[in-house]
Amino acid sequence: MTVATCKRFGAPADLERFRENLRGRVPAAARTVRVCIGTGCTAKGSHKVYELFAQALKEVGAKAEAAKCVGCHGFCERGPIVVVQPGDILYQRVEEPDVAEIFRETIVGGRVVERLLYEDPATKARARTAREIPFYKAQQRIVLAHNGEIDPKSIADYIAVGGYAALAKALTAMTPEDVLAEVEKSGLRGRGGGGFPTGRKWRSCREAHGQPKYVICNGDEGDPGAFMDRSVMEGNPHAVIEGMIIGAYAIGSHQGYIYVRNEYPLAVEHLKVAIAQAREFGLLGENILGTDFEFDIRINRGGGAFVCGESTALMASLEGRPGEPRAKYVHTVEHGLWDKPSNLNNVETWANIPAIITNGAGWFAAIGTAKSKGTKVFSLVGEVVNTGLIEVPMGMTLRQIIFDIGGGVKGGKAFKGVQTGGPSGGCIPAPYLDAPVDFDELTKLGSMMGSGGMIVMSEDTCMVGIARYFTNFLCDESCGKCTPCREGLAQMLNILDRITHGEGQPGDIEKLENLAGLLEGAALCALGKTAANPVMSTLRYFRAEYEAHIVEKRCPAKQCRGLFRYQISVEKCKACGLCRKHCPVEAIAGAKKTPHVIDQQKCTRCGMCLEKCPFDAVLKV
Amino acid sequence: MADENLVEEIVRRYDGEIGMLIPMMQDLQASCGYLPVGQLKRLAERLEVPLSRLYAMATFYTSFRLAPKGQHEVTLCVGTVCHLKGAGALSEMIREEFKVEAGGTTPDGLFSFQPVNCVGACALAPVMIVDGKYYDGVSKDAAMKILQDLPLAEAAAKGEGNK
Repeated sequence: MTVATCKRFGAPADLERFRENLRGRVPAAARTVRVCIGTGCTAKGSHKVYELFAQALKEVGAKAEAAKCVGCHGFCERGPIVVVQPGDILYQRVEEPDVAEIFRETIVGGRVVERLLYEDPATKARARTAREIPFYKAQQRIVLAHNGEIDPKSIADYIAVGGYAALAKALTAMTPEDVLAEVEKSGLRGRGGGGFPTGRKWRSCREAHGQPKYVICNGDEGDPGAFMDRSVMEGNPHAVIEGMIIGAYAIGSHQGYIYVRNEYPLAVEHLKVAIAQAREFGLLGENILGTDFEFDIRINRGGGAFVCGESTALMASLEGRPGEPRAKYVHTVEHGLWDKPSNLNNVETWANIPAIITNGAGWFAAIGTAKSKGTKVFSLVGEVVNTGLIEVPMGMTLRQIIFDIGGGVKGGKAFKGVQTGGPSGGCIPAPYLDAPVDFDELTKLGSMMGSGGMIVMSEDTCMVGIARYFTNFLCDESCGKCTPCREGLAQMLNILDRITHGEGQPGDIEKLENLAGLLEGAALCALGKTAANPVMSTLRYFRAEYEAHIVEKRCPAKQCRGLFRYQISVEKCKACGLCRKHCPVEAIAGAKKTPHVIDQQKCTRCGMCLEKCPFDAVLKV
Repeated sequence: MADENLVEEIVRRYDGEIGMLIPMMQDLQASCGYLPVGQLKRLAERLEVPLSRLYAMATFYTSFRLAPKGQHEVTLCVGTVCHLKGAGALSEMIREEFKVEAGGTTPDGLFSFQPVNCVGACALAPVMIVDGKYYDGVSKDAAMKILQDLPLAEAAAKGEGNK
């Protein structure tokens, strides 16, 4: 960061003066290039793209800030994403060779490079800005508002878009009680999955006996297929920090922890930089903004254990012990970390706080449904056209999310179900596509909000297979402390293994249901209690698929090896002989100009012929 | 750096606070490439906790390893989306072709293989990460090619083991 004027803010007025200065320095029409360095874009080479832009701009004498690395724009499917000012022109799938053209045409010449704009697959219309792209149009961004706009490593950028104004307001114009009341009134519920009212949690912690009190940010986003929190921590770390400081002020805490997953090195790096900057500016540490409020934050990296996303396990991990949960009849808001009152919230929950304090509870409560307020960030992934990160108001229907924003199922396949809520969530089938998405509706459908993973599945997904996948995942991640989870999951996995291998027996479904009931009733923590959800929800909606596996030894989605056959289409086969050559068991017969045939007795269903056929002539039947 | 000083320096970095045990062990692993028994003994003594506690930590958390790692680090995402797009078959192929277990190292020390739950790059599925470089949409053939082309330095492999 290059802010020569940086110094400790001795009072909120200093912060405002600093903000005014920043805004005055950057004319609205300044030429800037913003390159996304979220994980998706980085993996596709966006760092190199940034370097090339930075170099080109430097050569023409532009200021260093003219080229910016910014956090995730959300449209990961179309990365690397580059946005050019003025005009907010969004270029997608930008590769190294495109940089020179964008520089010459757009930055110097002020013209648009048509071929790099987003093209609507249906209308073929090109969109110049994000606002014209259907993927963005239906979204409403609060948490992600500044993702993709600001440099996550620059506190000046965050302050320029209004950052830390909420903190200044809370510290000077509000008592801790006022802040609590505001958060309560907003109706904000925990974004980590449980949906517990945030204000009520804060109040319990504030009123609990014992000192010191801790506030904790849960950044151990372990659900596979979910990267909401990662993108917030990477793209706008100061929003999380500001939320935590405000929370600490309301609760009466002076020490905070951010627990980040080990697989997220970029999030750790950006948070570290942000915390150091906040300290330097007097926004963390003693006498925050010149008041007598004192608070600091420490980062802990996780060790790679899914169960540590559970609050009591996370606290055990923070104490330097294996992350095993404990029974929760003793609440963590009273006896949490080091047995002291501790308030734990998820990344997205914290990141909502500054906007609520700035705009007021009424503004927030006006968004969403009766009992689920505000917006929710989802990672929309799987067999969907527009993979990416989205933020929508609570109450939007699954259909709007998957088809309007997500662009429908990939490859024109039929929609089969959407899995929400991570491994402990459930699969929701097509008849419920018009259900509004909020905490209570998803629970009613046998799934849950979870942290916001949304995995779209097509007709090609075997629902028994997916239940087996999640059960296997949870079995691996079970900490082993309580018997129902440790042994019950292993037995369920055993049964699912048999079913997917064609060895299912009558009575297996009942056994699964029985074990599921035991888990729900007797397991110690939320991981165990909900571990049967994938099986229960697929049984609820796709029972016929289980029965086809067990009774007919047939996999309707044609995914489970041995439960379907390969056959060569007489019309499509060009008799090239590739399948015959690659078949490891010599089960394919055929000669030149004669369509090939698979000997079903010899075939081991390995699928090699399907992989090798250049004409898609091998079919699954 | 002398082995003894390493533990001392790491402990001081965190003021010897037991709550920072995971970061201390992470730093130790970052320096040594794995958690050597000798160093763990020193760390246990220094923090005045039983060695069994460190062993419990090292075996509970999947990011810790008690054996030296290979020359290259291969991470395969087996999260839900990657799974749907064939990561399971990729994992099986790598384990068979290179005689390596999940979390283990190939017999020749070429690479350590770690399937992980989700790297949060679902738009790229299936994803394989080799020495920090992301490969997207990896097919079986592409994975084989990437791994077969990894250079093996004979001397380095032996040196690593003796540390």
